Amino acid sequence: MHDMNVRMRINGESVTLDVPPNEVLLDTLRTRLGLTGTKDVCRTGDCCACTVLLDGRAVNSCLMFTAEANGSDILTIEGLTQNEKLHPLQEAFVEEDATHCGYCTPGMIMSAYALLQENPNPTRKDVEEALAGNLCRCGTYYSAVNAVLKASQKLKQNLRSSSLAFRKSEQVDSCSLSFQLHHSWRSIPVD
Amino acid sequence: MRATAPTFDYYTPKTVTEVLNLIGKLRPVSIIAGGTDFVPAVRLKGFRPKHVVSLVNLRKELSYVTFKDGTVRIGALTKIRDAQRSEHLRKKATCLHEALSQIGSVQIRNMATIGGNLCNASPAADSAPPLLVLDASVEVIRKGGRRTIPLEDFFVGPGKTALRKGELLREITFRPEAGTASSFQKLGRTRGEDISTATAAVLLKTDGSKISHARIALGSVAPTPIRAHKAEKELVGKAASESVLDSVASKASEEASPISDVRATADYRRSAVKALVMRGLAEALESARGDA
Repeated sequence: MHDMNVRMRINGESVTLDVPPNEVLLDTLRTRLGLTGTKDVCRTGDCCACTVLLDGRAVNSCLMFTAEANGSDILTIEGLTQNEKLHPLQEAFVEEDATHCGYCTPGMIMSAYALLQENPNPTRKDVEEALAGNLCRCGTYYSAVNAVLKASQKLKQNLRSSSLAFRKSEQVDSCSLSFQLHHSWRSIPVD
Repeated sequence: MRATAPTFDYYTPKTVTEVLNLIGKLRPVSIIAGGTDFVPAVRLKGFRPKHVVSLVNLRKELSYVTFKDGTVRIGALTKIRDAQRSEHLRKKATCLHEALSQIGSVQIRNMATIGGNLCNASPAADSAPPLLVLDASVEVIRKGGRRTIPLEDFFVGPGKTALRKGELLREITFRPEAGTASSFQKLGRTRGEDISTATAAVLLKTDGSKISHARIALGSVAPTPIRAHKAEKELVGKAASESVLDSVASKASEEASPISDVRATADYRRSAVKALVMRGLAEALESARGDA
């Protein structure tokens, strides 16, 4: 058995690690990198508290060997906050009181982030589907869905107010633009 | 970090040829695709693989859903979520599209592959009953050879497939038949994200008021996903009255051989099969009439 050399981009930063092949991404994030915003609960893929984005898609970090994520671009809840400013999704969760004990919240927000990246105008049903795997023992579901819908509105407003600056630039998909504003690093390739 | 499981040798071959060489040579060898069953088996259920060959580098090559010359082809490493979004499957294989949409959560669907769902050979694999009624086959390759296995012959027992040492499932194929309508019914403890307690897939074709063609498959109610051949025979050539549907669904439930487990008792599952087949038949008939 050899440790695997793994290169990833995590929240915009290149990371190179040697990990045992049976280590899961959740442990790499929390224990090796100190990114404890990603929560450790069921480890069976049932609760989705450990949701992170892998190459733009929501995945369960407890169900993935870190070695399998070699070369990937990973975004965790810590990567949403820019210069101490909350992401509109985080703001909306606070405003809608969608956090009670808070343990499921990072996973919920990452699931919602992945949804809004794919679909900036989700219906309530779209949001419910995106969050269906995220279990919450406090029962914040209704306010969480409200928060995501509110955030989608906020992101559109942000886009409108920033669109002046981009008016003359080439055609850019409205969703990717709003996310590029938050995460300009996302366009940087891993290698 | 939680208790670390004993570890294994891990390989990341770059090409299909390299994969076939490795899985032909290494003993015992396990293959990891999406990992959603493999990882918990290793971390929590005491599974101790020795050599693990990862298909991570074949993702691009073996991830596709195409329709050409009357045949739908699905690459084994196609993520459930990508297959769920395929227009080909939505239009030509309603039951499969419906089943894929109900597997796990978005997160699971983003990780799990359709080939992994079949090779894991769980009796509860939700993609299996729809693929059985679509009369799908799997293409299997090995170093220096290949063969095609009808899906019905692929499942041998719980967790067991007809794959031999050194073989890799590469592709799933089926030929959608014009004029057929299909449906998938799933019963779980919760809606969304649950291992199925029982499932039924139904595919049929009508000729006037009569049913000219029918296939019924069941999941989670036998050691493997199964076709309900007797129920199918009972249905073909008959007009769809309530009593016919009732007797067909009863036949299907007799063909099931469920066990009692954490999700349901055997008796409950048998009753559930009847209800699911009834619903599936009703839905498929409605859709057949709508298309006519």
